[in-house]
Amino acid sequence: MLHVTLQQTKPTTLDVELSCEKGEVLALVGPSGAGKSTVLRCIAGLQIPQQGLIKCKGHTWFESAKKLNKTPQQRRVGMVFQNYALFPHLTVAENIKLALDNGKDGNEQSKRLLEQVNLSGLEQRYPNQLSGGQQQRVAIARALARQPEVLLLDEPFSAVDKVTRRKLYMELNTLRRQLDMPVILVTHDLDEAAMLADSLCVIHQGTTLQQGTPETVLFQPNNVAIARQVDARNVFTAQLVEHEQALKLKWHNYLIDVADTSQFKINDDIHWTLSPSKVLLHQRVRKSRGEHENPLEGTICEMVSLRGITTLILTVAHSNGTNLQMDLPEHVATRNGLKIGETISVSLLADAIHLMSE
Amino acid sequence: MDWQAFEVSISLALLTCLSLFPIGLAIAYFLAKSNFVGRGFIEAIITLPLVLPPTVLGYFLLVGMDSNSFFGGVFASLTGQNLAFSFVGLWFASIIYSLPFAVQPMLRSLESIAPEIREAAWCSGLSRWKTFFKIELPLAWPGIITAMVLSFSHTLGEFGVVLMIGGNIAGETRTVSIAIYDSVLAFDHQQAQSMSFILLAIALVTITIVYTFNRKQTRVVAV
Repeated sequence: MLHVTLQQTKPTTLDVELSCEKGEVLALVGPSGAGKSTVLRCIAGLQIPQQGLIKCKGHTWFESAKKLNKTPQQRRVGMVFQNYALFPHLTVAENIKLALDNGKDGNEQSKRLLEQVNLSGLEQRYPNQLSGGQQQRVAIARALARQPEVLLLDEPFSAVDKVTRRKLYMELNTLRRQLDMPVILVTHDLDEAAMLADSLCVIHQGTTLQQGTPETVLFQPNNVAIARQVDARNVFTAQLVEHEQALKLKWHNYLIDVADTSQFKINDDIHWTLSPSKVLLHQRVRKSRGEHENPLEGTICEMVSLRGITTLILTVAHSNGTNLQMDLPEHVATRNGLKIGETISVSLLADAIHLMSE
Repeated sequence: MDWQAFEVSISLALLTCLSLFPIGLAIAYFLAKSNFVGRGFIEAIITLPLVLPPTVLGYFLLVGMDSNSFFGGVFASLTGQNLAFSFVGLWFASIIYSLPFAVQPMLRSLESIAPEIREAAWCSGLSRWKTFFKIELPLAWPGIITAMVLSFSHTLGEFGVVLMIGGNIAGETRTVSIAIYDSVLAFDHQQAQSMSFILLAIALVTITIVYTFNRKQTRVVAV
């Protein structure tokens, strides 16, 4: 549906390849200055890359080989800017009508669009009379007014407070189900991306590193660089060894079972990662079968609870002080009476251990 | 009361102001959009009339308007008239000395429009011309009004340049400020006072209108 390849060396480096299907939300994630907004601007036609190809819905918008470059006006792009860029001298209705293709039924169409973004009744207000959340909704309605072939959202939640943001996440989630065009969301917030997007594309220093489902990118990164970008919390080095006719990870004094080792050979020095939610706590009262799966002991050195999830940092026994993070429901931590300084026993789920190259 | 002088002054101020609307806007728009190496020099040339003594500016304009000079010669061959000591010459000079009063406010207001606003208009399908007329021009309007009023008031009150290149020809180049100077020289303080008060009132009213208008606009536009 939307396919983008971009290469550039000046003024900033770009080496981008991404695609987004009809109705799909693709989150472009990366730190500030990674080139996320530049990619969006190239898709919109506001910036011209040195080389590349941008195709949407069968139409070629940019092709450096053929010296083809369509203007933003010719591209049918709906763009929501970081600070919304509403026309301050026009009312809400006028902002939307200006983006409508023709003057006919302008009132009716703008009314329908405002209903779609839950803003009915505010047609005659000026942008400075709206809250941040309302401004964002007007910006979305204006972007949709052109019946765009792609919707581009450039950090749309960065200008609103946290409470409004959470409300807007829900609204965008509802709205996206009604949209049948590719949606590209630029954000540096991984949680936001994972919550709203069908797929993530990690970008760093102008280069796209990996595109896939949030689950894949966050918990099965292709390499350590991507793991760092997605803030993977448990990343360790180990060696792959053969033990009792099976390949296992030799990590400190432990031999760890891993479900999939197909990409690696014996004696390879490799990196591995494990989501903190895949570290299981052994109940003290009731023993379970899972306790035989990669068991290890550790001492709780830090403990933080937020929104019903308790994060523990364990100093793993016999590991030269290596720390392992685990998440568990707050009620489980309370019921087991976990406290800093206590030694607990946990299991590392073999299926969830992901091996990576450097 | 020298009403003829008032007629010359107001005609001159209105014509200058109307001429500076397209000229000033074109220069301001060009400067706001470009970032070339010599931009500072171009801005300095436009601002020069603000800092030059009126007699110096008047002298250069007088020399330039002489029928022996290139510019004055071309004008004389086309119209059969001399630019110096004529109303047209005065009009031309007024455009030059009021240029910074028109360009600066227009430039500042055009520069204050965030680039994303322009880009949002393009992404909304508006052509560059439509973006200019429907977005940039209305947003820059307070600056344009300020520019017009300042040019009008400044032209109305200019003395040095007018005396240098216009002289004191009744009904042609004798403006109110020249007439006030003449009245004072002739010890006609009554007339000088009346005309001075009228000029003062016009200046005060126009500037009050500018401030009131700008405050209203700012209230609507501020996000």
